[in-house]
Amino acid sequence: MPEVLAIDFGDEKASPPAILLDDVVLERGGKAVIDRLSLPLGPKGVTAFMGPNGAGKSLTLRLIAGLIAPTAGRIRFAEGVPLPQQIALVFQKPVLLRRSVRANLDHALKTFGTPRRERPARLADLLALGQLEPLAERPARVLSGGEQQRVAMVRALAANPKYLLLDEPTASLDPQATAAIETLVARAVAAGVRVILVTHDRGQAGRLADDICFLHKGRLLEAAPAARFFQAPKTAEAKAYLAGDLLL
Amino acid sequence: MQDFGAAFAEAFALIAGLDAELMAIIGLSLRVTFSAVLIACAIGLPLGALLAVGRFPGRAALVVLVSALMGLPPVVVGLAVYLLLSSAGPLGVLQLLYTPTAMIIAQAILVTPIVAALTRQVIEDLHGEYDELLRSLGTSRLGTVATLLWDARYSLLTAALAGLGRALAEVGAVMIVGGNINHVTRVMTTAIALETSKGELALALGLGIILVCLSILINAGLMGLRRTAERMAYA
Ligand SMILES: Nc1ncnc2c1ncn2[C@@H]1O[C@H](COP(=O)(O)OP(=O)(O)OP(=O)(O)O)[C@@H](O)[C@H]1O
Ligand SMILES: [Mg+2]
Repeated sequence: MPEVLAIDFGDEKASPPAILLDDVVLERGGKAVIDRLSLPLGPKGVTAFMGPNGAGKSLTLRLIAGLIAPTAGRIRFAEGVPLPQQIALVFQKPVLLRRSVRANLDHALKTFGTPRRERPARLADLLALGQLEPLAERPARVLSGGEQQRVAMVRALAANPKYLLLDEPTASLDPQATAAIETLVARAVAAGVRVILVTHDRGQAGRLADDICFLHKGRLLEAAPAARFFQAPKTAEAKAYLAGDLLL
Repeated sequence: MQDFGAAFAEAFALIAGLDAELMAIIGLSLRVTFSAVLIACAIGLPLGALLAVGRFPGRAALVVLVSALMGLPPVVVGLAVYLLLSSAGPLGVLQLLYTPTAMIIAQAILVTPIVAALTRQVIEDLHGEYDELLRSLGTSRLGTVATLLWDARYSLLTAALAGLGRALAEVGAVMIVGGNINHVTRVMTTAIALETSKGELALALGLGIILVCLSILINAGLMGLRRTAERMAYA
């Protein structure tokens, strides 16, 4: 079992973390699927979680979103536990309601407490943001995978969240759709949203992420600025993962 | 055998001529059944949703009970309602026995578990799918139930139609609490039973044909709904 490397985010260590994972353990089926995960996440930018299938990336996002509780350890937020509308999660497999695209977005706005009078204008903005106007009246669940992913993305942005958690938001998307999603992410980041991203796409991680956290079998093996991680991964597992030949 | 042919001919004549007695019986049948199903939905939908989404002690037992009640024998329900409403019974003062209201009560009791059990199943499945999303959006408990009920609307309509089918075809309970009184509580099923035993085959057959047609209609509606729901990917 390799040693967990010291967390090495360079300058970012100077600013106090906005989110602190403190010795987090999650057990499922009698075994630790997240194993003593400790990680400070700074107040700005994009952190990407990478690692092979089953490493625990999706579970980590669920833990941060508060959808599941850790078996042990804590997750702290510098500004206090966020309200649901302050932390948005786009699931690996988009979950859309059995309604039209417009009704899906309207449902989210209603849930966030957007006043009825303001909703039509907000809806128009959101549809434009995701280039969804031509699809607005279609049942959301007959859309293609990429279109559904875009709806889920725009819905996540509907509340103007402080934290945006994205679980492989562009897996199975064509290059154009991927670029569209990445543009949305970049705009959110520019607006000060803290983004945590799971991706297997090294290029995407390079384009979007400031830092990379490499998970393997529930353990954090590396945490480093993106450039450094890709140039010189330190663990054999990360090297193998990046080379595309990690054996589970 | 020519009796038989004649009965058929007469039955069709009754239907084609919109025979007043026939129409009255059909009208009462539909009124009783639709009222009962409406009441059953008003109780069964929220009850089913509560069983699907709620976490409270005794929930598992209640789920089993509601499922078991789906198979209630109509005559037993009829008997229970009879005992309740008879002049010596606890609700005897209301003098509801042998009225359409008594029949509605009995059928509502029969149909409510069907609606509740089917609703629970449908809502529980949908909740499994929506739970994390709705929690991540910060949906209130009431909002969650409302969202689930609305998104399951096609399946729930199916549940209601299933209840309608059962109530319309049911004879034991309405016979006991309605008494099959001519022009007052005579409905299609009880009339068929009576007319057949009297040898009045024409009216019985005419009603039988209508009953079968209604049943086919309900099932066609069920299938059409399911098809629509699938096409719209709302299913
Ligand atoms: N309820 C559960 N019971 C048992 N094991 C579970 C449960 N939930 C998750 N796991 C296990 O936890 C591990 C991590 O799952 P997770 O979904 O976080 O992986 P991931 O890193 O997101 O993988 P992928 O890249 O395939 O999406 C997996 O091995 C999974 O089988
Ligand atoms: Mg995953």
